[in-house]
Amino acid sequence: MGAASATPDALVRATAADLAGRLAAGEVSSEDVVRAHLDRIAAVDGAPGDGEGLAAFLHVSGEQALASARAVDARRAAGEPLHALAGVPVAVKDVVVTRGTPTTAGSRILQGWVPPYDATLVERLHAAGMPVLGKTNMDEFAMGSSTEHSAYGPTRNPWDTTRTPGGSGGGSAAAVAAFEAPLAVGTDTGGSIRQPAAVTGSVGVKPTYGGVSRYGLVAMASSLDQAGPCARTVLDAALLHEVMGGHDPRDATSLPDPVGALADAARTRDVRGMRVGVVRELTGEGFSAGVSASFRAALDLLADAGAEVVEVSCPTFAHALDAYYLIMPSEASSNLARFDGMRFGLRVEPAEGPVTAERVMAATRGAGFGPEVKRRIILGTYALSAGYYDAYYGSAQKVRTLVQRDFAAAFEQADVLVSPTAPTTAFPLGSKLDDPLAMYAGDIATIPANLAGVPGMSLPSGLAEDGLPVGFQVLAPARADERLYRLGGALEALLDEQRGGALLDALPELPALATADRSEAVTA
Amino acid sequence: MPDPTSTAPDVAAPRATALTAADVARLAALARIDLDAAEMERMAGELDAVVAAVASVSRVVGDDVPATSHPLPLTDVYREDVVEGGLDRDEVLAGAPAAQDGRFLVPQILEED
Repeated sequence: MGAASATPDALVRATAADLAGRLAAGEVSSEDVVRAHLDRIAAVDGAPGDGEGLAAFLHVSGEQALASARAVDARRAAGEPLHALAGVPVAVKDVVVTRGTPTTAGSRILQGWVPPYDATLVERLHAAGMPVLGKTNMDEFAMGSSTEHSAYGPTRNPWDTTRTPGGSGGGSAAAVAAFEAPLAVGTDTGGSIRQPAAVTGSVGVKPTYGGVSRYGLVAMASSLDQAGPCARTVLDAALLHEVMGGHDPRDATSLPDPVGALADAARTRDVRGMRVGVVRELTGEGFSAGVSASFRAALDLLADAGAEVVEVSCPTFAHALDAYYLIMPSEASSNLARFDGMRFGLRVEPAEGPVTAERVMAATRGAGFGPEVKRRIILGTYALSAGYYDAYYGSAQKVRTLVQRDFAAAFEQADVLVSPTAPTTAFPLGSKLDDPLAMYAGDIATIPANLAGVPGMSLPSGLAEDGLPVGFQVLAPARADERLYRLGGALEALLDEQRGGALLDALPELPALATADRSEAVTA
Repeated sequence: MPDPTSTAPDVAAPRATALTAADVARLAALARIDLDAAEMERMAGELDAVVAAVASVSRVVGDDVPATSHPLPLTDVYREDVVEGGLDRDEVLAGAPAAQDGRFLVPQILEED
């Protein structure tokens, strides 16, 4: 690497794997890498709600990130053995608690709250010596598919700032796509890592349920929630996944398995003989022409490279969305009962009448929750109420069994399953905000994996005719996450070779902002 | 909702009545969320459409299908019963809406009568 490759622009455009190599070789310092990313954030991010900038971050931890970077640089100078990603910065979705750094989950009800502990995955980032740049924007409590339900204002899509970056993890996806962070942590309950990755041209992985600890995640739906990596390349996603994953005794649903050799799988780049099952129910009707064309072209590349492309049928996936929108609100209505105005966050007293704990709780939640959160809690309360439980929640749990059976049958015919990640490219800001059903329908291809607990990846297959990225989804059996990385790494290499570079090389120039001061956190 | 481009309610779904603002008021009270009249009216319409759309789940499953509450088979695990450090009390109380004498300070819990 010549001197030119250490310019701030080169540092923010480098992959995490590149940065790791250059840090280990002593070509750059972590402090320089972190500073370059903080400058990039200052130049393009703005603040949520100000109408300018991407608003991918709710809170930027500049001083803490620089202090972590200097500590890693000092340890490296002293010859200490370091983790391969030591010094590589990362952004963390604001649904993950961080000791000493504000955590709001995108909600007013947690505005100003500073957690007294770190999530297990955050402890692992710190243990690896990865500076945390800040907390990323999201739909309130991860409820949404556009990041427009953030109480602090929407994140914008770096490909077209009039469009949404998907959701709920639009902040994490936009941050990596716009070169504000090489890596970010997301969470995926019904597609909140994969769908934002799809519409921002980045890579996102939902691990097998239980593969990454949920300890310290603000829970939405506990049987569906899973944290995972957001990155610009499949290899980078694998590297971050390896840092975060593995057993955690503090999460009773954590798998005992060690995290697999995911980076090795990403480097294999060989799909010869791999059986790739196209899910009939997740292609064709309902998916836009541009999405379908990009998906088919990627399949042709895989077939030419020696993969065996077959069609599989999962008929009950047609009902997965309906089951999801009963199970998720039911679990959320229970989980969000903890926001009672007593122990943390907002407390609002009723405008009139006696000030009792019960009335304070209702006033606090009325003032602190946004419309989508209220909708889902009330829907979940309805689905769980006497007289409706069997017809709604009970039936939805049975559909979940049928979805699992469809996966089991399909994985007898194929090593991985594939589909487009989302039915369309990024949609305009505001276009679905008043139509919850239209918003929910965009999750059709991502939800089955959450219901069954299987791992899924989205990686970009190219641009549609509208010039916006299309996501290609790969699904694998539970505990076979390495298959995602093997297929994803190979497909990415084939696409990069055909294109002559990475998709994000084509990201349009973002306007630099006049106001660049992010030292004041909007959520503090 | 098998067709992701359609938002039409599934009219064949077995449902006795439409969700009304009064239903929403009752549910909001159960969920301890204060809503104003306009919110209740608006939410009744939105939730009625959602419930109509998702109600199809009850038609596609038979009695012979077991329910799945969790994606993976799990068994309870135990650890040694040893004392471990907890969260720092002052740090926890610093995030509370009100605290006094090292404890959470909460509003009156029992009604007076």
